[in-house]
Amino acid sequence: MKKRSPALAIAAFLAACTPSPTDHAGLPSADVRSGYAFLTAETQAMQDDSFANPGYLWVDRGSDLFESAADGAPSCASCHSEGLAGVAATYPAIDEDSGDLLNLEGRINQCLMRHQNLPALAYESDDLLALTAFVANQSAGMPASVSIDGVAASHYRNGQDYFFTRRGQFNLSCHQCHDQNWGKRLRGDTISQGHGNGFPAYRLEWQTLGSLQRRIRDCDAGVRAEPKAFGDPAYIDLELYLSSRASGLEIESPAIRR
Amino acid sequence: MAGIRLSVPQTARKGEVIELKALIQHPMESGYRRGSRGEQIPRNIITRFECLYDGEIVFSADFHPAIAADPFLTFYTRAVRSGTLAFRWTDQHGEMWSDTATLTVT
Repeated sequence: MKKRSPALAIAAFLAACTPSPTDHAGLPSADVRSGYAFLTAETQAMQDDSFANPGYLWVDRGSDLFESAADGAPSCASCHSEGLAGVAATYPAIDEDSGDLLNLEGRINQCLMRHQNLPALAYESDDLLALTAFVANQSAGMPASVSIDGVAASHYRNGQDYFFTRRGQFNLSCHQCHDQNWGKRLRGDTISQGHGNGFPAYRLEWQTLGSLQRRIRDCDAGVRAEPKAFGDPAYIDLELYLSSRASGLEIESPAIRR
Repeated sequence: MAGIRLSVPQTARKGEVIELKALIQHPMESGYRRGSRGEQIPRNIITRFECLYDGEIVFSADFHPAIAADPFLTFYTRAVRSGTLAFRWTDQHGEMWSDTATLTVT
């Protein structure tokens, strides 16, 4: 009888532990719940009261920026006079002119450059956060519903791969915490499902408003992987996967998160 | 420019206790933190908040380094006459931000 080599045995063991790339069993849609459900009652109350919620400082600022533009450029409102209700719930989305996948920040920057002849705003600048929060807030209460058909399908698969790939010194994937272990404790905190429906969100740890990409960078740093740069295509693809995974969850921006 | 959000009822009955809310955008940097290069981040905090009802202080608060960023206060006063409620924040350098709201008492 032939003895099985130890290397083969280890390979077989690893194969049993790691889902194959095509076998992506994510979160069952019946189990999907917002990060809001993992907050304390006090933090929920803070989010619900638009005067206690500091995120509305940025919404106010975004409203002012939307109505007026610098250097005599046409304002956002001069085109979008009807407002942008429901738009943020469909982002990230494919830009028909360039064929690129854009998140809300990217779309706002593209509008600034293409239609207003203004320079793009930096990620995490108060102005970009304010415009993003203002636009996202107009979709508050509407269900996330991104398109993952056509050109977006490959971006969706890339984002899904990012979500299921182990990374960093801790060798953890997003999937292991946010699909397999949500609701359990990690240090002093309850692991959420990792949805982006509240972003841009006011995070108590940051003491300020921040984008979804800032949150993802924190997760990458948390598993001791090197975070990607803001606006990296891999993160935009991941945002698309996250939005699709959160289908049906109400947009809450500006939410409060821990 | 600091962002300020106020919640003040437009009208109240005479003698009614009204709820006032005041939120201001401010980093409230404690002075105890260090940046990514190890350098000390200097303290930068609001030290005083006052609410004036027709020029008379009805609520005031002293802020210290442990107050969170974007400080938010909820407090109450009794509506006695129609007038102006002025909200005033002063930081450690003496810079001041203020906003007002008008209350009509019936």
